[in-house]
Amino acid sequence: MEAATAKLGRPRGRRRYGSGERRLAAAMLSPALVVIALVAAYPIGYAIWLSLNEYSVRVPGLSRFAGFDNYTEALGSPEFWNAVVTTFIFTGISVALELALGLAMALAMHEAFRGRGLLRTVVLVPWAVLTVVSAITWRTIFEPNLGLAPQVLSTLGLPGADIVWLGESGYALAVMVLADVWKTAPFMALLLLAGLQVIPDDLYDAAKVDGATTWQRFLRVTLPLLTPAILVALIFRTLDALRIFDLPYVLTRGANDTTTLSLIAHTELTSNRLIGYGSALSVLTFVVVMAVSLLYIRTVGGNIRALAEEK
Amino acid sequence: MATRVETRPRTPTRAPARAAQTRRPRRRWVKPVLLWLAVVLIGVFCLFPFYWLINVSLKTGPDLSSADLLPPSPSLENYSSIFENSDFTAALRNSVIITGVTTVLALLVGSFAAYALARLRFPGKFWLLAVILSISTFPAIAIAAPIFKLWTDIGIYDTYIGLILPYLTFALPLAIYILASFFREIPKELEEAALVDGATHFQAFRKVVLPLAAPGLVTAGLLTAFFVWNEFLLAVTLTSSPDAFTVPVAVANFTGSQEFEIPLGTISAASVVITIPLVILVIIFQKRIVAGMTAGAVKG
Repeated sequence: MEAATAKLGRPRGRRRYGSGERRLAAAMLSPALVVIALVAAYPIGYAIWLSLNEYSVRVPGLSRFAGFDNYTEALGSPEFWNAVVTTFIFTGISVALELALGLAMALAMHEAFRGRGLLRTVVLVPWAVLTVVSAITWRTIFEPNLGLAPQVLSTLGLPGADIVWLGESGYALAVMVLADVWKTAPFMALLLLAGLQVIPDDLYDAAKVDGATTWQRFLRVTLPLLTPAILVALIFRTLDALRIFDLPYVLTRGANDTTTLSLIAHTELTSNRLIGYGSALSVLTFVVVMAVSLLYIRTVGGNIRALAEEK
Repeated sequence: MATRVETRPRTPTRAPARAAQTRRPRRRWVKPVLLWLAVVLIGVFCLFPFYWLINVSLKTGPDLSSADLLPPSPSLENYSSIFENSDFTAALRNSVIITGVTTVLALLVGSFAAYALARLRFPGKFWLLAVILSISTFPAIAIAAPIFKLWTDIGIYDTYIGLILPYLTFALPLAIYILASFFREIPKELEEAALVDGATHFQAFRKVVLPLAAPGLVTAGLLTAFFVWNEFLLAVTLTSSPDAFTVPVAVANFTGSQEFEIPLGTISAASVVITIPLVILVIIFQKRIVAGMTAGAVKG
């Protein structure tokens, strides 16, 4: 492990590190790195290997190298592309709604009023609710006939009362988006609130003196200075949304066009026992998510550098 | 920057605001009313769905299909029935043990790594941190199949340790990041004093830094515990019996088995039981949790 740590470094010849300090660093880091290497890095490599094999638990003994067959099969299957489309639609709509709602909530919470601390606690409640429970809650609310939503809609004479929400394509995805927005818009709001709190008041005062309206102050002061926080929050949420699994699993088991990338891979792996094909789907999901992840690491690169640099 | 904001008076904008009021007198009440409206809406949006679940959990029989805001004849029947369900109580015990062990291990292993990253000098730190952080963005599905196969081969499928290991891996990056941020805030002079007095680096870490970073440990521990308690994909893939399955799996299974008549009341009660501990923790530790959530997001 020490060798690995040393190899990663680019000695700049600027300063010699105490060898004792370096050895201690290696010793203190190695438990974490061993766990991460064994349970994250190694399985990823193994997943790639599995994805290159035709392998099925249903047919004992069937295990042969298949090259890129699993990938060609995945890329040629309409189910895979449906999952891609569903995942991207879900991610796009829910993250956009979460940003809009989260920003509105953050701006309200940033105002000084009595009970602000209480509101912050209240806002954390959906975040504390398990994703599975959030799915159950919204499924209960949209239960056909018995649920709150159909009853309220029919009392108000609005359309949608007779619809089996989770039983119809489009509507099912809408409930999924709603469940996600409810649970995570508050999280977004708290991240953005933290961003708002570091904007100095002087800037607003100066803008006011110059005669800027509230709207102009929002556009010209708040938004530009909040952009870094917005970016990080967006990437955080996008990464989560692309990986979504719990919500479609509990709400519909993937029926009615709600199968996401994680769910289709999981179904092939566990229900259909297609280890090779399922692994190929997992690796494809991994590739999509890691592309966004690189963007994330780039965005927070400054923070990492700040943490890594010597004080 | 931040300190300057704090030292400013609470209402620095009064004078210009008054000038504006002479032009537009309506403004004085419009803003507070809109703000309170927003606050009430946010409160209802955040609390109502969970309240509705509690409401349903207290209903039985035909009341379940009513849209009443309060249960007409509240009953704890659903709660007593879930605690008689041995699968559910087993899952509760499993989740408590798995969450507890993972959290303690993540803090132990994570604080070592975080101290090295925050304080010790060695090359390649930036890349190491970047790699560790990128692990937290791995989709769990990508390691689910290989781990399922590996665990079956070595015989730890459907066991506590089979879940604790992957949970530790996913929890460590965030724990390390939060702890490293906290360790850096502790004045270096304190450790240097200990070093001058003849302590080793490791003693300085254990006796000086760790006690001072207690708030950071609480924050990292809470976020780890929330993650483990909530995790579903690996739990549903790597367990198959009440020996190891955790509460989200137990509650989700409740529903799968009864396709035609979903036991609304008992599912709701079970959902409430597994969520209430988290809600209580959020109420107690609101500030700590928000600090942890935002640690990675808006520093500097």
